[in-house]
Amino acid sequence: MHSLKINGSSPTLSTEKIDVRYVAKLARLALTDDEVERFGAQLGDLLEHVDALAKLDVSHVAATAQVVESRNVEREDVVRPSLDRETVLDGAPKRQGVFFRVPRIIAE
Amino acid sequence: MSKYQAVIGIECHVELKTRSKMFCGCPNEFGGEPNTKVCPVCLALPGALPVANKAAIEHMILAGLAFGADIPAFSKFDRKNYFYPDMPKDYQISQFDMPLTQGGSVRYWLEDGTMKECRLTRIHLEEDTGKSTHAGSGDGRIAGSTYSLVDFNRAGVPLMECVSEPEIHNAQEAVGYLEALRRTLLQLGVSDVKMEEGSLRCDANVSIRLVGASELGTKTEIKNMNSFRSVHRAIESEIERQIALVEAGERIVQETRGWDEVNGTTISMRSKEQAHDYRYFPDPDLVPIEVSRETVERLRATLPELPLARFERYTGTFGLDVKQATQLIDNAPLADFFDAVVAASKNPKQATNFVLGDLSRLANESETPVHEALVVAEHVAELIALVDGKTINSKIAKDLLIRMWNGDGSPKTIVEREGLAQTSDPAAVEKFVDDVLAVNAKSVADYKGGKTNVMGFLVGQVMKASQGKADPALVNTVMKQKLEN
Amino acid sequence: MSIIERSAAQIARDVNARTASAREVTDAVLAHVAAIDGEVGSYLTVLNDRAREVAADVDARVAAGESLPLAGVPLAVKDNMCLRGTRTTAGSKILEHWQAPYTATAVQRLLDSGCVPIGKANMDEFAMGSSCENSALGVTKNPYDLTRVPGGSSGGSAASVAAFEAAIGMGSDTGGSIREPAAFCNLVGFKPTYGRVSRYGLIAFASSLDQIGPLTRTVQDAALAYDAMGGYDPMDSTSIDRPFEPTASALRTDLRGVKVGIVREFAAGALGEAIDAVYKKAYADLEALGAELVEVGLPTAEYGLATYYLIAPAECSSNLARFDGVRYGLRVDAPDVHDMYEKTRAAGFGPEVKRRILIGTYALSSGYYDAYYVRAQKARTLIARDFNLAFEKCDLIAAPAASSPAFQFNSKSDPYSMYLMDYYTIPMSLAGLPALSVPCGWVTPPGGDRPMPMGLQLTAPIFAEKALLSAAHAYEQATKHASKHRPAIDGVAGHV
Repeated sequence: MHSLKINGSSPTLSTEKIDVRYVAKLARLALTDDEVERFGAQLGDLLEHVDALAKLDVSHVAATAQVVESRNVEREDVVRPSLDRETVLDGAPKRQGVFFRVPRIIAE
Repeated sequence: MSKYQAVIGIECHVELKTRSKMFCGCPNEFGGEPNTKVCPVCLALPGALPVANKAAIEHMILAGLAFGADIPAFSKFDRKNYFYPDMPKDYQISQFDMPLTQGGSVRYWLEDGTMKECRLTRIHLEEDTGKSTHAGSGDGRIAGSTYSLVDFNRAGVPLMECVSEPEIHNAQEAVGYLEALRRTLLQLGVSDVKMEEGSLRCDANVSIRLVGASELGTKTEIKNMNSFRSVHRAIESEIERQIALVEAGERIVQETRGWDEVNGTTISMRSKEQAHDYRYFPDPDLVPIEVSRETVERLRATLPELPLARFERYTGTFGLDVKQATQLIDNAPLADFFDAVVAASKNPKQATNFVLGDLSRLANESETPVHEALVVAEHVAELIALVDGKTINSKIAKDLLIRMWNGDGSPKTIVEREGLAQTSDPAAVEKFVDDVLAVNAKSVADYKGGKTNVMGFLVGQVMKASQGKADPALVNTVMKQKLEN
Repeated sequence: MSIIERSAAQIARDVNARTASAREVTDAVLAHVAAIDGEVGSYLTVLNDRAREVAADVDARVAAGESLPLAGVPLAVKDNMCLRGTRTTAGSKILEHWQAPYTATAVQRLLDSGCVPIGKANMDEFAMGSSCENSALGVTKNPYDLTRVPGGSSGGSAASVAAFEAAIGMGSDTGGSIREPAAFCNLVGFKPTYGRVSRYGLIAFASSLDQIGPLTRTVQDAALAYDAMGGYDPMDSTSIDRPFEPTASALRTDLRGVKVGIVREFAAGALGEAIDAVYKKAYADLEALGAELVEVGLPTAEYGLATYYLIAPAECSSNLARFDGVRYGLRVDAPDVHDMYEKTRAAGFGPEVKRRILIGTYALSSGYYDAYYVRAQKARTLIARDFNLAFEKCDLIAAPAASSPAFQFNSKSDPYSMYLMDYYTIPMSLAGLPALSVPCGWVTPPGGDRPMPMGLQLTAPIFAEKALLSAAHAYEQATKHASKHRPAIDGVAGHV
């Protein structure tokens, strides 16, 4: 293993443990208890490394909006062919007639 | 009610009228077979990418200008992340902190002509979702359903979200605001704004507070209002409900409530308010929009006379009443015709009479709009001049109108050609009157005996004898004079 | 040289001149694939019928008088690129059976140029990984040592070209996923300036970083492939609308007048004696070709990993939300839809993907957005700025493509140790710069029994693809490291 060091000795951005269950809920990922534990540790580990960014002085810097500056990329308001419906519904995990079918939606 | 003040904010979603969707070339049209207007982009297939529709952006800017909003030089799209089956990407491309327009206001009028103004918080551009229908609950509602069916035709249609400040205070104002919004957007041609087709949708945030209080009360969000009438009823119902609760010492729960059209009440849609963490961030698949001053001025120059300006012109300068003004404003071609008649005749009052009266009646009867009939604005103006100058009487005028409607052309020409000019020569009129009185001795006797209404018959006889051309007012005067002697 | 070992340039010449047919080439390659891919595992899907159809079509076009820049060239398409009518999986269970109904622009352009698609290549799931071990659907081995990884995430594309199962591999690079596998497999791997190759049809990982590029056995082949696939695409808003400068005809053979920056922060000593020696020699060889070596600083490069591992997961957490079991792909049923989402995604995504979705969601979440995501985007600006300053002193920057040669399977169990593989390639991705890896030597790794290839990474300013490929060509022609050893597939079952 090489000796690349990421300096992590300064004040950290993350002092609290990540609420993995809450984040998983936001991301619609069901996790086992084991995964919550394991991912929690791994993510905590990553965040410690990421905390190196706290050292950088970014006070006079703008966030990168895009890597290569570009503006006003637009298309003319013209109709183009749509996909054939059978092709579209062929890939559907569950279809009902001409619709995509999903289990009941409990209002969120 | 006078103890409490209602505070209402309206949030509208308006589908913009473009040929294609916001970020892809699928057609933007109402109706059609489900799932036939989709492509990799709007269906969010793996690997698809959005490209912004120029016309949608320009429609937005135009709408912003119409409402007096600022158009910032720099704007961008952000992703609003949440999961829902009718949202193909499970994020919506929207605008968060740098919308295309900022501020502005909607000025509107109430039925009694009072002018009001409600400021706008923001107007931003985003994309619409697909549509789900819910099955299994027996009434199509989401509650109690066991599954849903999704159609993505609507997904990706350009949507304008318009949020008002909470400066509306009752149901009438809410509808007035919506009417003004609708009229303006319709006139600009940027949307069909039909609630029944979903191209205009609105929600209302309603709260109450004691009159004079400065703090806002807890608000509820009212959804599922499908017409302006529903909006009216729903807001009134909700205000009542909130007042009743407060009077009973209970607190208002901050929640979303759906309007139940059938039972005339609002129903709670969720028991606890769950704040969504939308994790907004600038969409890396799109680039920022820089709106140049040239573009703004170019678009501003295309603004037509807007409904409010028209309203003020009609009720102020022309003296029309609110109903008449509204009738014209809601019928742009008719209003244009009306304006042309006024411009040519310089007589708004007569223009109103003829256009909103006789011509509109003819239009209804023949089921042909005024501007599509054969009658021409300049000719109507001619007619007005003939009537004002007493060249013809009102009966002849009415006859001429019908003939003009059928394409007979210039009234002036007809009058000259057929000698329909009114007889206003006193001597000629006197002769007619004398002739009629001479052969109607019985009527004269009846009149002298107290039956004064016989004069109507006698005047009618003079009109008949003169082939309708005698000046009726003069006939009356002369007739009366003769009868009294 | 057997037909399957010829360069893309040579094959195209032969097919256009009709001294070989596309059909011949294709048959030979498909036979070779049938013989060895069971062992090497480059392809998740081999397109036998499609390849033959396309080959026939290419032969017909050539017969009709067309001259196709890549006539008959066998092509490996990384399985995160849509090709209409083919299974396109992104190396994931969640798309294990999905058929793409459309073709990615870059792929279409190569097909239009005469390429014959041999198969869809294996990859780390959703391009997240540096070894191809994160694929949920197959194992790919390094053709130079079958006990070692081919690198990732474009591992399958790399292995296929290294094992002569294709002459051009299409890869995608987000933090090093073309350059690192190229280094591991003795190939040229080229990542163009961000926006130079359309992303339409590339299953997105991190939108502001992803770029498609070629993996080939020679620099000239990479140039030919890039010339065919690159250029503005109106279907991609981030595609650069700027005149496209072809590169294949401008390849030079020396480096006189070229200033090459050696990065102070990447100085020798960090990688171990044997590896350091290879790079030292590489830099000396550049000098021998006429280049002037100058020392440049990239002081913020050390923040590259931290920056990347916030931005990329944040973007991917949003890009991968669409895999929800509603419209395509895997669905695990449940009585209500949100449950269905959770179960589907739990079953369909592997652990690395889940980790990145979680960290990305966290970095964007309320209360953390400014501290993580925005701060990372600002750090990114600083990194780009460092490069701009460096390029005031030099024309190209030379650095390692990877910190070691290919490692053995299962040797990096800790996620962070895997992330470190991208240390040298990430900064260039963050800055959107064109960068490539070209073979620069061989090292027998500790515990290994044969020499493994290493890659020299060259980086140029944005839009300087021509200068970059040209310099790489000069280095390649002078040193010819790639030809020093053959892949270890000659003994593989059935291969003659």
